[in-house]
Amino acid sequence: MADRDVLVEVDDLVVRYGDLTAVDGISFTARAGQVLAVLGPNGAGKTSTVETLEGYRRPTSGTVRVCGLDPVGDHRKLVGHIGVMLQAGGIPNQMRVGEAVRLYASYYPDPLEPGELIERVGLTGRTRTSWRQLSGGEQQRLSLALALVGRPRVAFLDEPTAGIDPAGRVVVRDLVTALAADGVCVVLTTHDLADAQRIADHIVIVDRGRVLASGTPDELTAGDRLSFGFTTAAGLDGAGLAAALDAVVTEGADGHYEVAGAPTPQRISALTTWLADRELSLADLQVGRRTLEEVFLTLTADPPAPGPPDRALADVPDVPDDPDGPSPRGDSPS
Amino acid sequence: MFFSLVDVVAVPDGYDARVDFIAPGVLALAVMSTAMVSLGIGTGFERQYGVLKRLGATPLGRGRWLAAKVTTVLVTIAVQMAVLIPTAVVLGWRPDGPLVALVPALLAGTAAFAGLGLLLAGTLRGTVTLGVANGLYVILLLAGGMVFPLEQLPDAVETVARLLPAAALTGAVTSSVESGAGDPGAWVVLGVWAVAMPVLATWRFRWERAGAGVTRWRRRGRGAGAGAQPKLTNRWGGYRQPPAVRPCPRRRLVRTGGTSP
Repeated sequence: MADRDVLVEVDDLVVRYGDLTAVDGISFTARAGQVLAVLGPNGAGKTSTVETLEGYRRPTSGTVRVCGLDPVGDHRKLVGHIGVMLQAGGIPNQMRVGEAVRLYASYYPDPLEPGELIERVGLTGRTRTSWRQLSGGEQQRLSLALALVGRPRVAFLDEPTAGIDPAGRVVVRDLVTALAADGVCVVLTTHDLADAQRIADHIVIVDRGRVLASGTPDELTAGDRLSFGFTTAAGLDGAGLAAALDAVVTEGADGHYEVAGAPTPQRISALTTWLADRELSLADLQVGRRTLEEVFLTLTADPPAPGPPDRALADVPDVPDDPDGPSPRGDSPS
Repeated sequence: MFFSLVDVVAVPDGYDARVDFIAPGVLALAVMSTAMVSLGIGTGFERQYGVLKRLGATPLGRGRWLAAKVTTVLVTIAVQMAVLIPTAVVLGWRPDGPLVALVPALLAGTAAFAGLGLLLAGTLRGTVTLGVANGLYVILLLAGGMVFPLEQLPDAVETVARLLPAAALTGAVTSSVESGAGDPGAWVVLGVWAVAMPVLATWRFRWERAGAGVTRWRRRGRGAGAGAQPKLTNRWGGYRQPPAVRPCPRRRLVRTGGTSP
């Protein structure tokens, strides 16, 4: 029964470009109503993975299925069920916001109402603004709107929050959450840890084309801390503190201290007592679960595995391949 | 208009009036401008900006996309004809045959030049398409028998020019409506272009721009890239040093630019 909900299946996916291995054996599944974040640095293979799911590339080996269909072979059947937000571009420079949404709506049998959608992404006042004149964040939000206009069952969002201001981020997060609540399967890529932790209910951490870890944010951040940090006045008596805490204490910049021992209640108590005796305030005590950032750093701190000699190179940020930048379009032959 | 009234260019024999030579050439020019230059450059930039790639993930489909492009070109040409032909008639153009006879030549010319325009757009970058299409336009204008009679070109150039699509289209248009003028052999040449260019465009067209995906990593030859260190910055926003890029024996991968957003 549950398998019917699985809308995205990636099984041992390998994508190579010539002698470059962008994706090196990635597997995951995503279900209806789930927000799955593929998290990793630029060049980790995120975009190559997602573009394989979108049918833009053929797997070198392994299989991918979206809504039970082969994204390349069954492309025509599939496109009506997916919504795609590319990492950059995709809209003609002169096209206005309203035109773009109405045009894309016309491609689908049962689209969302363009006006409402534009309002939901916060572009109501900009319907007559051309793509070129939109800010980066507004372009992202329009791209998102175009990905959603066809009421997709699966939405692929490649870096949906890149280049968006905090208010725009909230818009995107709310939309993604609402989509999932409507039963849409959302697969997004990001290299923003906070985003992944907040939006996603399943995270796949990839680097160099491989899955380093996957699970819910809670699962990934579970586990005992072996050290903790806090901030107070700079220049404390490190030896005295270390004796009080029974652990090595190192002072960093700006009054930040790292304690190389688990944050047991005894240690915390000793620390607060020690500081209170000296009438020092305590700020920024980090004793809870690990943050995703720490998980990341732990996972990626190891030297590169001796595995594949090719570094994953596929998903550097989109830069115009023309060093002179885009030139004004010229229709006139004169 | 200018060329039809002013004695700038010598008109070859066999034409009743100056405008009888110029008018078919201008019609051919309109087809070339619309089908090759306008279509080619527009599509080239759509490809460069990822518009075609994005459309590929919608139910629009290639068939309907192409149909829309073809319709746009045909409607534009029809409007141009609706303006140019009456203008030529006002200026004294008296075609010998019915105007309907123009249709096969105009359609064949549209196929040839649209194929050429899409071939450029589907293989080159947008800016390069812009340059090449405009360059070709000037060359074909001069060597197309449109405003300058082919007979005035040097013999060798004339021979080559007659094998190019512009002169072939002009010849076909002329022979459609001017008895005793134009070059019937042009029909053969035009027919070959009208088939070859769309076929070639279909075969070579690439929907994604050459800058997408891994090709954003520009491969430099030994000369240009020698000694250049792969420039990888901020892969983790400064969390860790970027790993070394495996040097290739014959070429080196050089990051072309960009940082983490």
